Amino acid sequence: MNAHERIGAAIAAANARGEPALVGYLTAGFPRRERFEADLRRIAAAADVIEIGVPFTDPMADGVTVQRSSRIALEQGVSLRWILQTLEAMSPPVTTPLLLMSYLNPLLAFGLEPLACAAERAAVAGLIVPDLPFDEGDALHQALSARGLALVQMVTPVTPEERLKRICERSRGFIYAVTATGTTGRNLSVPAEVTDYLDRVRRHAPVPVCAGFGIRGREQLERLRGHVDGVVIGSALVEVLEQGGDPAEWLRTLRGRAGV
Amino acid sequence: MSVNATDVLADLTAGRLPDAHGRFGPFGGRYVPETLIPALERLDAGVREHLHAAPFQREFAGELASWVGRPTALTFARRLSAEWGARIWLKREDLAHTGAHKINNAIGQALLARRLGARRIVAETGAGQHGVASAAACARLGLPCTVYMGSIDMERQAPNVGRMRLLGATVVAVTSGDRTLRAAIDEALRDWVSDPMGTYYLLGSAVGPHPYPYLVRELQAVIGREARAQFEQAEGRLPDAVMACVGGGSNAIGMFHAFVPDAGVEIIGVEAGGRGVALGGNAATLSFGRPGVLHGSYSMLLQDADGQIQETHSVSAGLDYPGVGPEHALLARIGRVRYESASDEEALEGVSALCRFEGILPALESAHALAGARRWARAHPGGTLVVCLSGRGDKDMPTLQKTLLAESA
Repeated sequence: MNAHERIGAAIAAANARGEPALVGYLTAGFPRRERFEADLRRIAAAADVIEIGVPFTDPMADGVTVQRSSRIALEQGVSLRWILQTLEAMSPPVTTPLLLMSYLNPLLAFGLEPLACAAERAAVAGLIVPDLPFDEGDALHQALSARGLALVQMVTPVTPEERLKRICERSRGFIYAVTATGTTGRNLSVPAEVTDYLDRVRRHAPVPVCAGFGIRGREQLERLRGHVDGVVIGSALVEVLEQGGDPAEWLRTLRGRAGV
Repeated sequence: MSVNATDVLADLTAGRLPDAHGRFGPFGGRYVPETLIPALERLDAGVREHLHAAPFQREFAGELASWVGRPTALTFARRLSAEWGARIWLKREDLAHTGAHKINNAIGQALLARRLGARRIVAETGAGQHGVASAAACARLGLPCTVYMGSIDMERQAPNVGRMRLLGATVVAVTSGDRTLRAAIDEALRDWVSDPMGTYYLLGSAVGPHPYPYLVRELQAVIGREARAQFEQAEGRLPDAVMACVGGGSNAIGMFHAFVPDAGVEIIGVEAGGRGVALGGNAATLSFGRPGVLHGSYSMLLQDADGQIQETHSVSAGLDYPGVGPEHALLARIGRVRYESASDEEALEGVSALCRFEGILPALESAHALAGARRWARAHPGGTLVVCLSGRGDKDMPTLQKTLLAESA
């Protein structure tokens, strides 16, 4: 199985249990660099896919929580190179599929070919790059595809239909459906227009659809049930880690009982 | 990507850049969250439909003439020339309404925003000049305006904060990131991401995702067009050199654009050398940067080995920025424009000299170009030089109190 296919398989396995998949996010090295490996394992105990945030000085798509976690991680010397080395050295490795979420500039500084190579060695399944729209992504897409890694594409409620189709055709792993305009970390209400939008994305998507941005609790998850294959839990999970809570236990409280 | 200087210059001269993908050679492009793509597409379509069409051009020219006060003067700096040894002319953008070249772009984009049906305007500002210009243009057109400004800049450019508020703008202090221009742009982008279709982002420099670098250049190109014609009128020839300060690079690209095809005219951009060459001690992107992506475009960037953006330093808030417009990155790459830097100290000497010899208080930003002019004059006695005096220095009084005035007290 290719690395990117492991993502879809993990999401399908959750769906087979009658649950939307949980994609848990953590900023690498936040709140403390030396706890990264332990935090990752704790999240892996409850999440189906994990997004590891690579800290960046100018996270323009993120709200205050991820901005803060990013700054604190950078202050502790966390870098893409350190993250990849730490993942490669983990024994035993985490079996939950791992994605790196990074702004483009740290990836360019690393070099796209060396990145694909190092990501493969670190058992990373793919990347999400919030400031790399589909039209500018050819070079990274090619570097990752050559090693079977996913470049997860984002779509938004304002993405026109034709563009949505083209993005969906290109996406590997899953489609990251941004639920609302704005930055990460807000509290999303889930009106019918959001579920209609997600249904529309799902009609075009050859891979699973995961909703993200502003999903913080069980109630929202219930509203999204049946309209998505998974949900991304970002800022809310970062806050749990920040407050010293158990991320696995908290993620389990999100799980419902009924079928998808 | 390698670039052939001759071909690129031909493309630039023929108006073929940016290309259909918003690229100036390898530089430029559109690196923004997917949420902003439809808004940029709509802006791009609006630019193509209106910018060079007669109704918009008539409206824009009318505002430039009757409200901005164009054309601005080209002043022969008689005593400064005698002192420094070359014939120095000043393109007086400090005389434009609100005191800097920023107003050319602000009123132009505000007119465009109104045509595109924007409900509100957001802008970022460093020195406060673009914020003041945006606030004034929005007041003129009756559009609500929110300006993001770093908290450090609010302190060192305090007079401009009051001006923006008087002009009806909401000024939001940015306390995240480096608390200067760069963080203000991050925050303005976050605002825009929240309402990409109703909000118009009035970007103040020749940076950002396509079509901004192109749009800002086209709106500022009036500076160089006027200067070129005025100089020819006065001297019957073209100058030996033109010079402008470069932060993001909007006054510079506006000044340079008309002269790029004139092979005999040397073009020089002056960046902020700050306290010196050490990382974090300056904002001289083209001298010390490497290619990368920030704020939506691929250009030169002050960054560390991990691709993290560097803190910068300059005595002038308007130049205190780790990136530079993509067209400047290309002009530097092909060698058509030479970029050098001037230190904080040299800039302050420039302020002092222009005050004493010409009775003009220049902005600290523009004073970097004067520092470059002094160097050029020493090397080219008797040569002719046009300097873009991008703005006036009234806004810099808090900094000047702590520097030039503290020394003389």
